[in-house]
Amino acid sequence: MKIIFQIISDSIRMARKDLLDFSRDRMQLVFFIIMPIFMMIMTGFIFPTENSLKNIPLGIANQDTGQLSQTLTQVLTDLKTSDNNQVFEIKTYADSNAIKDAIKAQKINGGLYIASDFSQMIQRGQPAEVSIIPDQSNPQISQILTQLLQQVIAGTSTNVAQAKVGEIIKLTAIANPQLSQADPAAIIQPIQSTIDNLIPGKPNYFQFVAPGIMALIVMMSVMTGLAVSVTREREAGTLDGLLIAPVSRLAIILGKAFSQTVRGLVQGMVVLLLAILIFGVHVYGNWLIMIVLMILGVFAFMGIGILVSAVASAQESAMTIMMTFQFPMMFLSGTFFPIQQMPQVMQYISKAIPLTYEASALRKVIVLGAGFNAVWTETLILFVFGAIMLAIAVPTFRRVITR
Amino acid sequence: MEKIIEVNNLVKEFNGFRAVDNISFSVAKGEVFGFLGPNGAGKSTTIRMLTTLIRPTSGQAKVAGYDIATQAAKVREQIGLVAEKIILYDRLTALENLMFFGSLYHLPRKETKERAINWLKTLEMEKWANKLTGTFSTGMKQRVNIARALLTKPEVMFLDEPTLGLDPQTSRSIRDFIKELHAQGVSVILTTHIMPEADELSDTIAIIDRGKIIALDTPTNLKARIQKEKPTLEDVFLELTGHDMREETHENIPSARGRHFLGSKSRIR
Ligand SMILES: Nc1ncnc2c1ncn2[C@@H]1O[C@H](COP(=O)(O)OP(=O)(O)OP(=O)(O)O)[C@@H](O)[C@H]1O
Ligand SMILES: [Mg+2]
Repeated sequence: MKIIFQIISDSIRMARKDLLDFSRDRMQLVFFIIMPIFMMIMTGFIFPTENSLKNIPLGIANQDTGQLSQTLTQVLTDLKTSDNNQVFEIKTYADSNAIKDAIKAQKINGGLYIASDFSQMIQRGQPAEVSIIPDQSNPQISQILTQLLQQVIAGTSTNVAQAKVGEIIKLTAIANPQLSQADPAAIIQPIQSTIDNLIPGKPNYFQFVAPGIMALIVMMSVMTGLAVSVTREREAGTLDGLLIAPVSRLAIILGKAFSQTVRGLVQGMVVLLLAILIFGVHVYGNWLIMIVLMILGVFAFMGIGILVSAVASAQESAMTIMMTFQFPMMFLSGTFFPIQQMPQVMQYISKAIPLTYEASALRKVIVLGAGFNAVWTETLILFVFGAIMLAIAVPTFRRVITR
Repeated sequence: MEKIIEVNNLVKEFNGFRAVDNISFSVAKGEVFGFLGPNGAGKSTTIRMLTTLIRPTSGQAKVAGYDIATQAAKVREQIGLVAEKIILYDRLTALENLMFFGSLYHLPRKETKERAINWLKTLEMEKWANKLTGTFSTGMKQRVNIARALLTKPEVMFLDEPTLGLDPQTSRSIRDFIKELHAQGVSVILTTHIMPEADELSDTIAIIDRGKIIALDTPTNLKARIQKEKPTLEDVFLELTGHDMREETHENIPSARGRHFLGSKSRIR
């Protein structure tokens, strides 16, 4: 009992020293704040959302002289984003080849070709065609653009259809009065769907990415932070000062673990605050569950950090090993891209990465307001993973540190 | 005479390379033991084994009556170490450093503080007590470093090249300081490449070369072996270890001198 108390008080002393040292390291401190901001901004702006897109250069080649194609181009020109910006910047071209050339020259992000018989065909009651020409070099934009164009075309198409069906109803209602009550819109689209959100409003990408970045930052500061902190002391020689003192080796590791835990949690909180204050992210779940999940994340990754700090001789090698671990984790954990969009093989791999569970649990709690009962599988997996890693790492560290 | 250190057939191998090759010696309580040898002879390796920082490949040693392998924790309570690298945190003040390292020995806080301030006074560093050690000169750092090692009143002090890179003034004051420790009855194991320093301070001198002890005697007796008028310890040293410089390398040489024993391959066996 006395020994346990001694170990814990020793490790708290070490952790306090680490944090004092860290708080005076301006470089690290700046990095500590800048990195999460940078990550949020990068991911937030690199990935286009419909709202973030404006003034997309769109080429239109309209060979039709009729009224309907005029309406269609007008709708596209007038299309506004929610914050009242022009969505498209329309450029006109002669034909589809001219559009293709302009796309190749990257003057426009996509094009719309309206054939000369467009209005005529509609008038005649035949299917009229427009073709969308996407910029395949930019799949992100072209996907959104194609979707938007299809929506607009479908909308216009429905308007035309409603007018036509309205006329037909009028004509047939003379013979069949029952029909005069019919709504043309309901005839064209008999089934209407509404969206019943779990949380109010539109989901935005920051909302999706913020919990993932929190998980990622916590993981990185614990894993890299721990390994770098130990190897740094080893290189500086101060580790010897700890090792010759009559303290348990366990207290030395625990001390490092404590200080890195505090660091990781504070950094995670920085991400969250930034997300809330700057990027409009809202926490729908319980803060307590969220903090417990973050602590659990720290616990899960601590073992790897200790293992690497025991094995790596120098800071550079610790960093290299960490990068090798973290890089694939970053992309396969569903932090930036939804796992469901990945190929099957990658989905299996992502299931083997602990960060996936941390990110998914945090996302459930933050975005969907889930309670503990919705995240207990993740909790269990993280706990077991952390316990196994620690069970391997701590004895290895104790054995390797004095060779 | 009472022995403070007893070393029997101590061996340390790094990936098959024998850095310390079966050495045996003993140090009497209260003496200053000069441990000399060319670069790479194995001095630091020996000190690191005796201070429980690395494990011997074979052989035994006792420090202050405790076995370095089986009673490492007990050994640690009795020793102080000034290693080749300064053991201080740059971003802590002198006093914070001393308080932190003192706290690891579980002395009462008040007592640690009194001792720390006393040592800083003795070493003429008190006005720097609340400045970050990272801003200090090498000489100032080394003085705080020595204060750190002495804070716990160790029975045995290991000083691995304590005057390395210091100006004559600071070296002088550190030598005087070692004499004072000697007078107080602390046993000191001192390595240095400065022969007059070793001569001035040591009661006994061991010369180690290529991992083996090749001479062990008092400075006076060692000098008496040389047929020359007014022989110096340097004459003895060069006579015994030859004039060739130690340039041979072996496979596992750490990438930089002072990278130390934790700095190389063979981490997990
Ligand atoms: N971690 C290590 N791995 C491999 N070889 C090592 C390691 N540490 C030391 N050595 C080798 O052991 C030998 C003895 O080194 P040591 O540092 O003990 O010498 P030294 O007598 O202290 O020399 P110096 O006067 O340069 O300080 C050297 O050849 C050194 O290269
Ligand atoms: Mg040395």
